Amino acid sequence: MDQIYELLAISLSAILANNFIFSQFLGICPFLGVSKKVDTAVGMGIAVTFVMALASAITWAVQRFVLDPFGLGYMQTVAFILVIASLVQFIEMFLQKAMPALYTALGVYLPLITTNCAVLGVAQLNVQNSYGFIESVTYGITGGLGFLLAIVLFASIRERLVFADYPKSFEGFPIALVTAGLMALAFMGFSGLKVW
Amino acid sequence: MNRKKQFLEGLLTQNPVLVQVLGMCSTMAITTSFFNGLGMGVAVLVILTLSNIIISLIRKIVPDKIRIAMFIVVIAGFVTMVDLLIQAFVPALADSLGVFIPLIVVNCIILGRAEGFSYKNGVVDSFFDGIFQGIGYTVVLLIMCIIRELLGAGTFGGGLLGIDGKGIQIIPAEFGIKMLTLPVGGFLVLGCLIAAMQWALNRNKK
Repeated sequence: MDQIYELLAISLSAILANNFIFSQFLGICPFLGVSKKVDTAVGMGIAVTFVMALASAITWAVQRFVLDPFGLGYMQTVAFILVIASLVQFIEMFLQKAMPALYTALGVYLPLITTNCAVLGVAQLNVQNSYGFIESVTYGITGGLGFLLAIVLFASIRERLVFADYPKSFEGFPIALVTAGLMALAFMGFSGLKVW
Repeated sequence: MNRKKQFLEGLLTQNPVLVQVLGMCSTMAITTSFFNGLGMGVAVLVILTLSNIIISLIRKIVPDKIRIAMFIVVIAGFVTMVDLLIQAFVPALADSLGVFIPLIVVNCIILGRAEGFSYKNGVVDSFFDGIFQGIGYTVVLLIMCIIRELLGAGTFGGGLLGIDGKGIQIIPAEFGIKMLTLPVGGFLVLGCLIAAMQWALNRNKK
């Protein structure tokens, strides 16, 4: 039972209290770049969740079975980024063959996931918190869900920003950043959330 | 290439953070104290310059199709070196920057300059480009640190100056806007800085 509680605590913290975007600042580039329309935001969120879950599992195995036994801890960054880059490439080829519809929907966003710092960040955080396999994968999935929640909420606000009246110098990124800041303020309310 | 023009581009008209809007994650996450900002800025400057040099040296050998993978390997190598050096000589900085040092690998500024500049230009130009863009990034980080620290906690030079590195108290602590030291402050301050930059650049055009 204890483990279930722990997994629940990890999930809640990753989705709400320690949301990757709003409190850890991981994955800001795609968050700002791919949030102009809700449809693409949903696609990006799902793709990132998928890659984060797989990357957590594989980097855990790399750390446990390759880096640790051979004392190669200092190669961690290089090994992880190579694993993530090839994973994204592999998923791209797989989707193109197996699910062409999803592949065309994601389009250019798929290769961009390689340079999403949330993916490398989740791999590094798993090692830093010395999570086991199940915890790592849970953290990967729920961290991705937190990203999905954030980007979809943000995109739906941003679609309405077109009608808003703001100073001309704030056009584009600045107003988006201020909006994201106010959302981060709202998400801070979850930080008092203690379940067990 | 005109060095003065290149310098001004790095600092102002093509500033990596304020105009090209690259490398946002680290800009907002670590700018809570002067020490963090300076450390991160210098680390990125060094890595950017070194990777620019190497990439402009190997640009004629590398096939076009695998260039991105090559860039990432070169950058990851330098990031690992800098990471180990920081852990060995400035452990306090390694503690406060945490996961954001290895994350320099996916900092879009470095990959962006590799793809956009050093892959197309010679070694000397790429070297200066790395230094100037790095300075532009560091200056923005320091401005954000100073604003967030001064208005948020009322101190200056946190982590570096004052008693126990707590910074010099300029405004009494109880007047600080605590919100600015939290993640929210990162979004708001950066948003306002980019808006100020857009205003200044558009005003010059008229």
